[in-house]
This record gives sequence, C-alpha cells and structure tokens, in this order.
Amino acid sequence: MFAAFDEMKGHNGDVRPAYAELSRWLTEVPPDVLDYRRREAELIFRRIGITFAVYGEADAQERLIPFDVIPRIMSGAEWRIVENGLLQRVNALNAFIKDVYSTREILRAGVVPDDLVFRNPAFRPEMSRQKVPHDIYVHIAGIDVVRVDAETFYVLEDNARTPSGVSYMLENREIMMRLFPELFSRHRIAPVENYPDELLATLTSVAPSSASRDPNVVLLTPGVFNSAYYEHSFLADKLGVELVEGRDLFVKDEVVYMRTTQGPQRVDVIYRRIDDDFLDPLTFRPDSALGVPGLMSAYQAGNVTLANAVGTGIADDKAIYSFMPAIVDFYLGEEPLLKTVPTWRCREEEHLAYVLDNLHELVVKEVHGSGGFGMLIGPTASKVALEQFRAKLKTSPKNFIAQPTLALSTCPTCVEQGVAPRHVDLRPFVLTGRNRVRIVPGGLTRVALKEGSLVVNSSQGGGTKDTWVLDG
Amino acid sequence: MLSRTADNLYWLSRYVERAEYLARILDATQRLQALPLAYVGTSNEWESAVATAGCATAFFKLYDEANEANVTDFLAFSSANSSSIRSCFELARGNARAVRTALTMEMWDAINGTWLELKRFGNGPTSREEFSRFLRWVQESSLRFDGSAYRTMLRNDAYWFSRLGVYIERADNTARILDVKYHLLLPENERIGGPLDYFQWAAILRSVSALTAYHWVYRDSLKPWLVADLLILRDEMPRSLASCYEATVRNLDAIAGAYNRQGPAQRQARGIRTRLQNSRMDGIFQRGLHEFIGEFIVENNRLGALVTEQFLT
Repeated sequence: MFAAFDEMKGHNGDVRPAYAELSRWLTEVPPDVLDYRRREAELIFRRIGITFAVYGEADAQERLIPFDVIPRIMSGAEWRIVENGLLQRVNALNAFIKDVYSTREILRAGVVPDDLVFRNPAFRPEMSRQKVPHDIYVHIAGIDVVRVDAETFYVLEDNARTPSGVSYMLENREIMMRLFPELFSRHRIAPVENYPDELLATLTSVAPSSASRDPNVVLLTPGVFNSAYYEHSFLADKLGVELVEGRDLFVKDEVVYMRTTQGPQRVDVIYRRIDDDFLDPLTFRPDSALGVPGLMSAYQAGNVTLANAVGTGIADDKAIYSFMPAIVDFYLGEEPLLKTVPTWRCREEEHLAYVLDNLHELVVKEVHGSGGFGMLIGPTASKVALEQFRAKLKTSPKNFIAQPTLALSTCPTCVEQGVAPRHVDLRPFVLTGRNRVRIVPGGLTRVALKEGSLVVNSSQGGGTKDTWVLDG
Repeated sequence: MLSRTADNLYWLSRYVERAEYLARILDATQRLQALPLAYVGTSNEWESAVATAGCATAFFKLYDEANEANVTDFLAFSSANSSSIRSCFELARGNARAVRTALTMEMWDAINGTWLELKRFGNGPTSREEFSRFLRWVQESSLRFDGSAYRTMLRNDAYWFSRLGVYIERADNTARILDVKYHLLLPENERIGGPLDYFQWAAILRSVSALTAYHWVYRDSLKPWLVADLLILRDEMPRSLASCYEATVRNLDAIAGAYNRQGPAQRQARGIRTRLQNSRMDGIFQRGLHEFIGEFIVENNRLGALVTEQFLT
C-alpha cells in the first residue's frame, strides 16, 4: 500500500540508535520465550482483572486487551518534540474553550464558523459566562499522536472529555518490569509511576476557593458496567480517593456531599469519568440514573470543581479539529508543532465533492464517533463498503469528515509468525493544573495487531505496548 | 468510608461465609444419605437440607420433590436460587469488583480466582467424587478468602465491616441448623426416637465443623444437650452463637471507638450478647429450645437491619 516508517529500522533498514539494545536483544531471545512471556503477561492481567467491556457484544462482558511484550522506544530528543507540541496544543484547547464560553472572539473574528459551535451537540449553553477555577477546562487530556517519519508527528484526535487508557500505561510498565528485568537493566527509561501523584496534585490545585486546605477529591464512575470501570477503580486506588457512583453523592444547599459510614462529608473536586449528558438529571438527560441531581447547581455556584469541566466536548469534535492550526495561531501566535491531518469537512459542498471522487484513498470518520466505529478506510475497504459509505455521505454529509490515509509508523511486534512490524499510535496524557502543565514521558502505545491494519482501537482488535522514553 | 463501600464489604463476607455453610450442609447430608436406613430413620434428609439453608419456599416453587439431584443442583449450582453456592460466589465477586480499592490484592485474588475457577465446574459435576471435590473446593476457597482478609487487611473500619458480615451470617447459619434440628437436641426424657439420632448429631456437628471440637471440649460421647450447649453457649467454639456475638460486639465497638459514636446497632448487639452470657442450657430447655432459637434468628436479623440503617445507607 505504502512504505511506512519503521521506528526500529527507519525507512532504509538500519537500526535506529534508540532501538540498538532492543534489536540486539531480539536476536538473542528465543521466540518461544517471547511467546511464553506473552502468555504469562496475559495470565497476570486476567488475575488482576484488567479487563474492559465491548458494548454490543453480549458474551464479552470482560475481555482482555492484548498486550504486546515488545516495548516501543523513543529517544529523549524525539519525546521533547512531542512534549512541546502537546503543551502548545493543550494551551490552545483551553484558550479556545474559555473563549467559546465567554467573549467568543474567535467566532467574531470569523476564524471558526459560528454554527460549528452553536449547533454542536457538545456545546453546553449552561457554561456560557460560567467561571471555572483558574480558567482551566481540560485538566486531563489524551492527545492521540501518530508518526510518519523521523521527526514528523501528527495529532490524530484530541480527547478533551474523559480520555481513558492511562491505567494500561501504568500496568504495562509494571508487567514489563516484572517479566523482563534484564532488558530494563540495559536501558535508562523515564518512569511513569508518578502519574497518579501528578494527577492528584493537578486535581487538588483546582479546588474551589471555599474548599479546605486539604480538599476532598473523589472519582465519579458510571459503575461496574462501564467499559473502563477497571481503570476507574485502579486510579481511585492509586490516588487514594473514594471511587463514588452517582448514588453515593447528594447535593444540599448547592454543596455536594458523599454518604459515608460517619454521615455526610463535603466533596470539593470531582474527577468525573462520566459524560456531560449523564452528570445531572435536572440539567441534562432526565432519564440518567448515573448522575447526581443538583450537581450542576453546585458547580455553577462554584462549590465544587468538575474535572474535566462541563462542555469541553466542543474542542474534541472532529470538525473543530480541522481548525486547530488556526486556533493555535489565533490564541498563541505560534506555528503548530504537531501537525494536523488535512481534513475535508463533508458539510462543505466542495469538500464533499472531493471526498466522493477520492473515497478509495481517504479515511472517513463520523464527526462525533469514537472507538474506531463507523469509520471507513478507503484503501482497504471493499467495493460494497465504499458504496455504502458513499450513500451515507450523500444523505448526511454533516456527520462526516475525511482525511488522507496516513502511513502510520510501525514497531516490531510479536505476531504468530514471530516478530513483525505493526502500525502504532500514541496517547500521551496531559495534566493541566493551576500554573502548571504536567506530562509523564511516554503514554499509551496502541498497536494494530492485524497485518497492514491501521485501526488501533482496543474495541477493534488493537493491542497495547509499554512505551519507553530514553535518556538523551 | 463510603457507605456503599462498607455495604459491599459486609455483603462480600456474608456471601462467602454462606457459600461455605451450604457446602457443609450438603456434605453432611450426603454422609447421612450413605448410611443404612436403620441408622438414620426415614426422614427426608434432602428436604431438611433445604430447610436448613433457609430456602424451602423458593425450592418448592421450582420442584415438587426434594431428592439428591434436585437439592444439590438447587443449593450448589442453580442460578435461579439467589443463595446457591454459585450465586453466592458470583454476588461476592460482584461486590468485590465494586470495591476493588477497599480490598487487598490477596483478597481480590482469592475471590476473583474462585470466580474464575467456578466456571470449571460448569453446570454441576457428573459424579459423586467430583461433587465431593467441588464441596471441598468451596470450603477451601472460603478459608482462603477469610485468611487473606484476616492476614492482609488494615485494621480499620473496612476490616471491621467485613468481619461483621462474617459473624452476623455465621450466627444466622448456626441458628438455622438448630432451628431445623432442634427436636433432635432435646434432653433425653423429652425426646422421641432413640440412639438412632447419634448420626444426626454427628451430622449437625459436621455442618458447623465441630465434630472434633466436641470431643475436646466435653471428653464425652455425643449427648444432644451438650451438642446444643456447644453450638449456643460455648465461647471457645468459633461457630457458636456466643462466640459469633463476642466477635460481633468487638467489631462494632471498634467502629464506635473509631467514629466516636455509639448507636442502635451497638446497643442491639450488646443486648443479644448479654442474653447469651446470662443463659444456661437447662434454662433454655425449660423455656423451650425452639422458641429460644426462633427469637435469636429474629434478633440477629434485626441487628443486620440496624447495621444497614446506621452505616450502610
């Protein structure tokens, strides 16, 4: 299809410096040992209960995400490109959201069209002119980054609502250290284990001014049936905060309390892993049993901080995404360090015409889709699928965007026939607190295990890898 | 701690304890069934097992007759019975999963491992040998969970609530055996029947794993009133009502101490404990063993309700 950049062997087949040790190690270690370790890792994951659920699959309430034992490696210099790009990106996202919910300068300047904001289902009118502590909206961002050559990185998607996956980043590292101590001893690898501490510091730094010096932080989960429940309980445990469900909280006089064995206790910061729609049945979906009645009133009164803020979905929309270079320029006056994939917005007639003519070369995505569902990858799609998508595009062009198919970089990966290159992406997690942005080096690497596949989503047969950022 | 967390811990322990108890009942019943009729009389032991498990009503909604196949399936594997061993382990694991953060790794490993292994037994074993293995496995799983809780949990309210679940459930289980078998335990002159009952007494002791303990405590052959004494009043017998209440009061006191507040649950538990301490076996027989046990079951349930009201909601 196209020659992808291999992170171990580059374009020309010479082993790149960051991979020198790993490549040597791969020639030393017998294949059955790798396979044995892989099965060992799987057993450990199963016992710890690191599972996720795929919605719509009746029998698969608890599945494992396949774990690949070969780490993905970045040099310190490569990581700094990504890190600086992430800082810039998240600053711009926060500035954009603040602007959209306050003076709307970017709309008045005509940089982003009005209706993309106001007609966006993720836009929350309740947030207009609402103050949030320290003007931070996206406290936790998961920015999906892909790589196409030695120094070019693209942002594929901004996740500004409730990004997940960080527990895999942490557990993958733990497991790797357990299974391959020898390989570790040959490298100097930036740690990730401090992520929970950084997260807690971020969350307490944005507590409402009325909170005590030791603010009470909780993690709000939709419950055990949520696909990311394991992660919620894992994080609550690492943070040392209560894992609450909606029914554990109540609001009285615009203050949030949790029900404890010693009576009500005030809650100051809620790290919520539940979508806007379900937060408060009095404000949003009245049929939601997951939320807390009155939560929005407490939030609007400034008595509780929600992380992320309500309404951040406006910034991780795939149509807004295409404006990111302009957004970065508008607020920061800078060139984007991470590239944005050229995007055709099918809502625009000329774009649609182009997309329909070049469907076989493009990736088409739903504007509000996630999890790799409802997506078309032109170059690998069947004729039937192409025709089906063509029809969909014509009936509801607004719901789609299209992008050229990127040649995602590949990394050596354990597959049935041995070790072979597979396409990867990277989801680093960016924490924004008062006066400080924190990024743990690396992130979650997702790998498309099927040969040639570009879909890394766990719900579509993708796996994960430990991600190493080396010294220097 | 969150009320819901405490609630999950409490029920997690209760369900594991109940699963073990059911395994003991089934084991004891199986042994009785293996004896010649002349030794055990003609009573239907399977029916009695269902009654002892406290789910006769639910059982007879599904089956007309209590026989080995029906009862073992119902008490061990049925998912229609919310108190079958399988359901207990599933509910326990569900509660555990909801409070992962309050469990130690060892506890989670024990209950999650049990739940994973449960699948191995499918819809029930194909032979008596396999069934015996299953029952032993259930008891071992419970011991493993209980042991990991005891050895790895911090001694704070989470621990106390989980212990509370164990003892309130255990007291209920012991009381239920007594409730169903009380007629076998009356003093000699009041009893109908004869030495036939010897194996029944042994079965009762076996279902609370106290057969050996009996001999150590009394150094005597099996006497029904001593069996009753052991199960009701003996502090040193870990499944006796007295011992369960010693522990219940101790754990509730620890909670009261930590929270700096006594409540209705503490008062109720202390009341029951005092009554047990002030009772003697001849007095209980005089007032009626059955009435005594009946009242105990009601009062123990009331404690459960008070604990829920005071802490778990």
